[in-house]
Amino acid sequence: MLNLDFGFLTAEVLSAYVLKGFLFSVQLTFVAMLGGIVLGTLLALMRLSGHAWLMMPAAAYVNTMRSIPLVMVILWFFLLIPLLTGRPLGAEMSALITFTLFEAAYYSEIMRAGIQSIPRGQIAAGYALGMTYAQTMRLVVLPQAFRNMLPVLLTQTIILFQDTSLVYAIGAYDLLKGFELVGKNFNRPVETYLVAALIYFVISFSLSTLVKRLQARISIIR
Amino acid sequence: MNWDWQVFCKNTLDGEIMPRCFGSGGEITYLDWLLSAWGWTLSVSLLALLVALLFGSLMGILRTTPHRGLVFLGTAWTELFRNIPLLVQIFLWYHVLPALVPPLRGVPSFLLVVMGLGLFTSARISEQVRAGIQSLPRGQRMAGLALGFTLPQTYRYVLLPVAFRIIIPPLTSESMNIIKNSSVAFAVSISELTMFALQAQEETARGIEIYLAVTALYFISAFALNRLLHAIEVRVQIPGVIGGSR
Amino acid sequence: MIEIRNVSKWYGQFQVLTDCSTKIEKGEVVVVCGPSGSGKSTLIKCVNGLESFQQGEVIVNGISVGDAKTNLPKLRAHVGMVFQHFELFPHLTITENLEIGQVKVLGRSRDEARERGLKLLDRVGLRSQADKYPGQLSGGQQQRVAIARALAMDPICMLFDEPTSALDPEMINEVLDVMVELATEGMTMMVVTHEMGFARKVAHRVIFMDQGRIIEDAAKEDFFGTPRSERAQLFLSKILGH
Repeated sequence: MLNLDFGFLTAEVLSAYVLKGFLFSVQLTFVAMLGGIVLGTLLALMRLSGHAWLMMPAAAYVNTMRSIPLVMVILWFFLLIPLLTGRPLGAEMSALITFTLFEAAYYSEIMRAGIQSIPRGQIAAGYALGMTYAQTMRLVVLPQAFRNMLPVLLTQTIILFQDTSLVYAIGAYDLLKGFELVGKNFNRPVETYLVAALIYFVISFSLSTLVKRLQARISIIR
Repeated sequence: MNWDWQVFCKNTLDGEIMPRCFGSGGEITYLDWLLSAWGWTLSVSLLALLVALLFGSLMGILRTTPHRGLVFLGTAWTELFRNIPLLVQIFLWYHVLPALVPPLRGVPSFLLVVMGLGLFTSARISEQVRAGIQSLPRGQRMAGLALGFTLPQTYRYVLLPVAFRIIIPPLTSESMNIIKNSSVAFAVSISELTMFALQAQEETARGIEIYLAVTALYFISAFALNRLLHAIEVRVQIPGVIGGSR
Repeated sequence: MIEIRNVSKWYGQFQVLTDCSTKIEKGEVVVVCGPSGSGKSTLIKCVNGLESFQQGEVIVNGISVGDAKTNLPKLRAHVGMVFQHFELFPHLTITENLEIGQVKVLGRSRDEARERGLKLLDRVGLRSQADKYPGQLSGGQQQRVAIARALAMDPICMLFDEPTSALDPEMINEVLDVMVELATEGMTMMVVTHEMGFARKVAHRVIFMDQGRIIEDAAKEDFFGTPRSERAQLFLSKILGH
């Protein structure tokens, strides 16, 4: 029977190897969430605009992203960005761009559902007040859609956080990579993977518990 | 840019272009490799889907029973497998479990990945099964029990036939997700499509052609599965029910 | 046949049934009425154990429903129940709805079950609908099928939980007609309903419930003649007023 020994995972070891990766995972999650929601909202507005020249490219973009495995998308961008820009790009930078563009597709579906859930009368009321299309969207529709969809957007963000581990494919230095390096250097992969799993679990589980509470509160307000 | 689709006809050993694009006598081309990788992707996905449906249905059902202990078991299972990233779970199956459970050491890594992907997905299926059962009117369960069915019979004859019909659409998208998610198997050296993409790209330096072919195969697989499940959905529609045929 | 002794039930802190007692003899038809939320639906579901209760006893045909050792499925197989929302199984045809309990619970052969089912369909006047699905029938038709489904199990008594309150007015009578026929044949029936016409026609006794208590439990003649409680009088005047 194997003896588990977690003693080598001291504060120094963790801050030397894992902290940097953890910070990158958090950074990646936040950048992709913010960028993804902004781009996703634009894509959603394009798809609901009623103009074929806006709807078609947006739909094509969203459907393409959603039908390709994320790992392949990560590999594609890592291959394509240097070809297009003519200079090499670090794995971390590539990951930031990839995740933002990839998540935009998923956030756009959520925002589209959110916008569609707003009664048409709200839009009519905005126009009746003399607002332009942009004002109606910005001041009336989007705030409500965003509030209604907040739990779903956050749930998607938890999935995004878990998915950041897939930057493994291009060797970016994230939380998982930090643990993997500790495991290799101390020759204790079993313990490090267990602790890594535990940390991901604690973060995701607490966040999803928070989202559930938020959801309960929102449904009371409504 | 210049396309070079002949890359698939190259011999994987010496890079020479084989005349019929397929290898012979133990020598294989990148096309051979690609097709075998596709086979691995499909095998991993379909077996994992089976595992996921089995465990996901069971756990989802447990969560709707009147027994607190069973509800807790189903909920704990779902939370556990839902809140750890798939890649980490795959590593647990590949690096950690065989170290902790010696009999697992002889198990091929292919099967470990199937279990990892299957149980990860079972958490999502459990959510859908639970939601499907809970969306049925409470009276249906009572009507089953009032007829003298035991609880298992009530599930078998009354609740599940309708609940599963309701959740075919979300199960369809989950099945397509499994094909996409099977790509993480590359991380434990399963020779599936993504692994092929990584290695062939490096060996041939024709990344775009290789990636395009791999992406297309993922797309075709998911699309085929989607059509298959849609055909099932139409076939089992209940006449007289909203969305059903008249 | 059915004996309810001092039954009390709580949902958490909230008491839904308080010390309810009554008795229904073989061949008796008892109507239970009362305002919504009075606990009448909960009480009738206690009879076949679809709702549990914390205090008291329910005895059906000599068997204690609340006893943990009681084989509830076996008991329920012989206590027919008809629900407010019909609760036919939507994925099964009408015939299959009638067969499934007989085959899976009573162990009858499929042929035997089908024959019995069709006979009962005839009786409720729906033979022609045998191969349709519940969703293709009107509410009144579905409820008649639901009654036939319960009868197919050869019940020793029948429980009706507001069988007409989800129906459009023009369909109520087709269901009541079937129930009246059943009552005149001597079936033991406990019926939660607001249909006072039905009660006048066939009930032996009327129970009036309010706020989880049995307020009145009287012979039909007494109930409609001189109900003793004010609340029952008020309720009756409201019900009969329109």
